[in-house]
Amino acid sequence: MATAAPSAERTPPKRRRWRGSRRIAVGVALLVLAFLLALRQLGLLFPDAIVWPTMLAAAGVALIWRQWGGRSRPAAPPTTVPPADVAGQEQRAAVRNLYRGGFGVALIVGAGLLFLYANGALSGLGDVALTALVAIAALGLILAPFWWRLANTLAAERAERIRSQERAEVAAHLHDSVLQTLALVQQRASDPKTVATLARRQERELRDWLRGRPPTAERESFAAALDAVAEAVEEAHGVRIDVVAVGDHALDERAEALVAATREALTNAAKFAGEAGPVSVYAEASPQRVQVFVRDRGPGFRLDGVPADRRGVRESIVGRMARHGGSATVHTAPGQGTEVELVLEDGRGE
Amino acid sequence: MNPSVVIVDDHELFRAGVRSELAEHVEVVGDATGVDTAVPAILAAEPDVVLLDVHMPGGGGVEVIRQVAKVRPEQRFLALSVSDAPDDVIAVIRAGARGYVTKSISSAELADAVRRVADGDAVFSPRLAGFVLDAFAGSLPATQVDPELDQLTAREREVLQHIARGYMYKEIALRLGISAKTVEAHVSAVLRKLQLSNRHELSRWAVQRRLVD
Repeated sequence: MATAAPSAERTPPKRRRWRGSRRIAVGVALLVLAFLLALRQLGLLFPDAIVWPTMLAAAGVALIWRQWGGRSRPAAPPTTVPPADVAGQEQRAAVRNLYRGGFGVALIVGAGLLFLYANGALSGLGDVALTALVAIAALGLILAPFWWRLANTLAAERAERIRSQERAEVAAHLHDSVLQTLALVQQRASDPKTVATLARRQERELRDWLRGRPPTAERESFAAALDAVAEAVEEAHGVRIDVVAVGDHALDERAEALVAATREALTNAAKFAGEAGPVSVYAEASPQRVQVFVRDRGPGFRLDGVPADRRGVRESIVGRMARHGGSATVHTAPGQGTEVELVLEDGRGE
Repeated sequence: MNPSVVIVDDHELFRAGVRSELAEHVEVVGDATGVDTAVPAILAAEPDVVLLDVHMPGGGGVEVIRQVAKVRPEQRFLALSVSDAPDDVIAVIRAGARGYVTKSISSAELADAVRRVADGDAVFSPRLAGFVLDAFAGSLPATQVDPELDQLTAREREVLQHIARGYMYKEIALRLGISAKTVEAHVSAVLRKLQLSNRHELSRWAVQRRLVD
């Protein structure tokens, strides 16, 4: 990971430098143009045949000088970069410099040709120009495979570097997570409950990682926040909680209230029905409506038999949902488990 | 009579575990560790159900289904995996598996699932039901819809939601006031749609959809 970050940060300045040299070239050209036009305004007559080629040449010169200036800079802070990376960077920088320099040279040569042409010096040189053109084309054909191979080699090198960085990252991750857990599992082999909890936690963590969900997601996504809550309750009570979520919703204030109510329902289920099997959470979310079902396979209870001072369901679930314009319903009967249904519809209470 | 089963899984420990745990409920008539050994083993034993690991060297469960189906199209498969990535699940179902369960399933549930598949029914885990609801969510332009295949009926949706909520088929029947056979018919209809629909979500919805909008 330490190897990936710097190279990612280093790319933009490079690009900026390239864009910078283009800007400088154009700037210099415009300055020269302005200077020449000003002189012409003052009465020193320059014909167009001088003004435009001079401008082009100025841009070319600026490009070439800029490139030489750029090459003398230190390439990058080398401390954290593996050697292969430095080599690749330098090679690519060299190609880029070549392109830049070539463009500058082309500009200057073009300027010269334009000047000669405008002064009529080229009229007798048609054949020579043709010869030169053919020679250049032939040279291009000869060099093309070389360029092609160079480009391919660079791409392959880059892919290989990315692969090795990813391998390092995967290894680091597995080391921090799975291997640690396996070590813990071996230590606690005599305590099945702890081992089960450790394994479940590691499984969740690994699945999240495989799914590529960023660690910050649980602060933005309803589904991710739901997963996080289920994980917390599972860990606190040692009960398995299966979460199935369909769709997603932004984690605004009301969705947060829904997540908090779900947490309460899960805690109840884990406390009173945790022995009877896993607790199921099903969430269906769309921009208009979010619905959560928390179901346990416990003994169930009679709703009217709940004492009035049991604040868990009344306050933390029903009351909380009502305050945010939603609703909570408890379906239960002795012997049939309990299901808490939480619904939040948009457009109400807003 | 207990259904006959061939177990195809590259994990020795897992095969041994299933053998011993299911011993009372099914008759294990063979096992295999990979694609090349699985196909001849299945064709020789002709079991009622193949318990099939999704991820194996040499092409995985999908490849096994494809090769067996050429010779024995009536063979029934129940896919079993530790993965819960939607694209894995959808791929093996579309190849022809009649159900998908994760390896964390209890042995009682697994025995029940095997029996169900042997009877020709479909087996959906809560998670698979969630994937299907996700894949069939959202409406298509009317011109592109083949209602026979590309959309779930309200009843099918309801049945899937109950499966996702953790209800067994019997409990669903009770709650919806229909017979258990009707519940099974709905699930089989959904399986058919899952295998035949051209909804592009089914082939490539997976990764993007799990990310935040």
